[in-house]
Amino acid sequence: MPFRFITFLSALLCSLSSFAASGLKDVELRDLYFGEILYYAYQDLHFDALSRLDAELSQYYEIDEAHLDPLHMHLGQAEFSVGDIELQYRMNQRAGKAIQAVLGEGIDMATRNQAALALARVFYKKNDPQSTLYALDLIRDEPEKSRYEAKYTFDVLRGKPPETFDTDVAYLRAKASIDTGQFGKAVELLQSLQKEKTLQGYVQYNLGIALIQNGREAEGLKVLDQLGLMETDDNGLLALKDKTNLKLAYHYLDEADAKRALKYFERVRLDGPYSNRALLGAGWVSVARGRYDRALVPWSMLHERAETNHSVQEVIMAVPYAYAKLGAHGKAANLYNHAMDVFAREIGSLDESIKSIRTGKFLAALLDEQSDKDKNWVVNLRELPDTPETRYILELMASHDFQESYKNYKDLAELRHHIDKWLADLRVYEEMIEIRRNYQEPLLPVVEEKFKKLDARIKLRLEQRENIATRLKNMLISPRPEYLATSAERQAMDVINALKEIMVTNPAAVDEKTRQRVKRLNGVIHWQVHSEYDQRLTDAYNNLISLDEIIKDMKIRYHSFIRTRQAATQSYEGYTIPIRQLRTRLFAAQRKLKGVMAKQGRMIETMASNELDRRRKRLEEYQIKARFALAESYDRATKAQLDAEIAKQQQALEAEQAVPAATEEIAEEEPKQELEEQVEPEADEPDQEEGGGRSSFKQQLLGQ
Amino acid sequence: MLKNTLSKVHHIFNRPSYRRSSTRSYSRFRVGSAFRFLLLSLTFFSITAYAAEVTKEQIKGLDEQVQDIKKDVLELTSELTRLEEKLLFPSNTQVSLFVSLAGDEGFILDSMQIKMDNKVVAQHLYTFKEVEALRKGGVQRIYTGNYKTGDHALVASFIGRTKSGTEYQRSENFTVTKAVGPKFVEIQITGKSASDQTLTFKDW
Repeated sequence: MPFRFITFLSALLCSLSSFAASGLKDVELRDLYFGEILYYAYQDLHFDALSRLDAELSQYYEIDEAHLDPLHMHLGQAEFSVGDIELQYRMNQRAGKAIQAVLGEGIDMATRNQAALALARVFYKKNDPQSTLYALDLIRDEPEKSRYEAKYTFDVLRGKPPETFDTDVAYLRAKASIDTGQFGKAVELLQSLQKEKTLQGYVQYNLGIALIQNGREAEGLKVLDQLGLMETDDNGLLALKDKTNLKLAYHYLDEADAKRALKYFERVRLDGPYSNRALLGAGWVSVARGRYDRALVPWSMLHERAETNHSVQEVIMAVPYAYAKLGAHGKAANLYNHAMDVFAREIGSLDESIKSIRTGKFLAALLDEQSDKDKNWVVNLRELPDTPETRYILELMASHDFQESYKNYKDLAELRHHIDKWLADLRVYEEMIEIRRNYQEPLLPVVEEKFKKLDARIKLRLEQRENIATRLKNMLISPRPEYLATSAERQAMDVINALKEIMVTNPAAVDEKTRQRVKRLNGVIHWQVHSEYDQRLTDAYNNLISLDEIIKDMKIRYHSFIRTRQAATQSYEGYTIPIRQLRTRLFAAQRKLKGVMAKQGRMIETMASNELDRRRKRLEEYQIKARFALAESYDRATKAQLDAEIAKQQQALEAEQAVPAATEEIAEEEPKQELEEQVEPEADEPDQEEGGGRSSFKQQLLGQ
Repeated sequence: MLKNTLSKVHHIFNRPSYRRSSTRSYSRFRVGSAFRFLLLSLTFFSITAYAAEVTKEQIKGLDEQVQDIKKDVLELTSELTRLEEKLLFPSNTQVSLFVSLAGDEGFILDSMQIKMDNKVVAQHLYTFKEVEALRKGGVQRIYTGNYKTGDHALVASFIGRTKSGTEYQRSENFTVTKAVGPKFVEIQITGKSASDQTLTFKDW
């Protein structure tokens, strides 16, 4: 039963290490701002990525002509990414909703499948294996068909399944099957994944466990045995290998098969994370075989290691136990004495640590900026001078619950920083707006006045242009050469017309020569106007085109001015209310965050102090046991010494008696009595001394 | 023998009080029990240690509250970002420059400098994570500023190195023609080999 419990838990923990898959890879970029979101997402800066993505999406949905926004080419990907990044930012609730939305109609099969996989991961993270399997069942097998549908020209963006998609699905299904007790199905799936290089080790581990749970213990143990022999340089796999060997060793210990247990203990690396437990177990195996001397080999090695470790603390007690069994009671007593010193020191240190946690130093250490940059920050926390507690709670800090709480605490601290920054920025913006207002407001009325005059002139000229254009257009249908006469010609024509009028009203005043001359002049002008008409019309058109170009420039400047004037107004108008509302909301969020952050901090501190308290109690128990064991060893050592002394005296006595009775009988008895009288005190003397010493030492111990 | 030893193991760690008696009285303990004790004490004692104080429900409840706050602050940040952009970089004057990396994987980008109209407007030293993000297809917005309509001289320079450590730098010129609307320019670092990367510009 314990082995099953262990294996089940191990399967669970092992499954948590599944690699994070992202729907954001292999994206061909069509929108620079979406590329910027990817830039932050790829750096695991989830908050920055999400806030930008939210802003882009809300902007996209607000504009009238959304198809002009390049984001529309990434829309499916962006919608999917929201859920994906939210999941990575541990916003499970919102991520689930976002991904479920993508699972709706109108999305191509490949994206749907990825969304279903992401949703399954959300459920699995929530420890809901049934729903995980349900989400995995939403995956269809034929994404190829729909991916190339005509309406999606950007098929790559529309969620080309990654190469590992099928593997990911099968592995997740296998893990969920183990959790739901469908071990046969899990075995089937895991066996098909055995050759998958990316999952090497993890598949074998889970397969071994699934086989054992399925009642095929021999096969399962064989798979685990093979995993325990795997050759690899990868640190993660080496740790998994050690873990497997350790599990197997304890399994065989549980089965009382000391020989095999020892074999597996010996496979565990001496410098790996499981070496302490392996050394401890190897010692117990030797003890089980009655070889106390051999047990001392691994235990002595372990004895030298960090005293904060559970296994080391246990071995501090186990080593004197082995010495006692070997009859070295004096050595055992010394070591028990050492154990008590160690435990007393550790208890003192734990008390200091609990105090340190209560003063908030632990939370401060957790928020240290170094932890963001240093992958081994948990281990390196031991080096911090003001946080002794971190040395004792490394195991706790590696646990899932603590990690989640810690990450939440860090996220809250980051959010607090963002809120503070925005509140400070809003103050700057208000000042900036006020400066702009003071500068623009006196200028704008003057500019506006000038603009009105110019605007009237522009409109007039544009009307004139329209009239000319209409005339020219009409002249193409019905030619009117006089419209294109020059001013000189017009004057001449006016003079001629005036003369003609005189000739009609007062014919006597004009002679024939003058009449002929007027007629000739009229003919010359008529000829000139009509013969040059085509050329003049062409020139007029060309001039109109030139005018249009000038008007075009003018319109650009006109619109630019309109925009600038609008921008000038917008640079300070319409911000007051939004800024006030945002500030109110920021303050509300800040208050809420403060409360939750305090709760989260208290929870982390409680977890840490509970762990320290538990360790303290354990050490106290060890301490009491060490006292009794010390007394027992001391008694045994004393008794052994006494027995040896008595034996020595008896030997001496027997030697005396063996001397031939050459002297008188009375003379013989007197020295014998004297000798006996002398021997008895000699034999009692050390006993009394040691007995007195022991009782005072016992009193000391009990007094502690 | 094994049974006896296991009983002794149990004895030494669980004896209620000091006794001179030998281990005979503990011989009734079964082998399995002793090792179960060992296993449980060694392996999983820590897992259940704090469960009595901090429950899973408490952790879950607090996690949900944290998620709510994240949602609120994200919404606020999204609105504030848009307000900031509208206030600081109006669309009629906005010019944004983006950096992307499409070159050889052996090339490592160290730093980038941008000059607009002969004035240094942006300088950036790249971390490993940033270079990796660029390599995967991310795009960095290196500069956003306000410029009037017309032509502006852009000079982009980078310093990088090959995996073998050979360092080199390149610099290229480009004319940014700013019209009425916002202007986006992508500066792409590209090339066939790690030791021969160059800069190209793309108007968006």
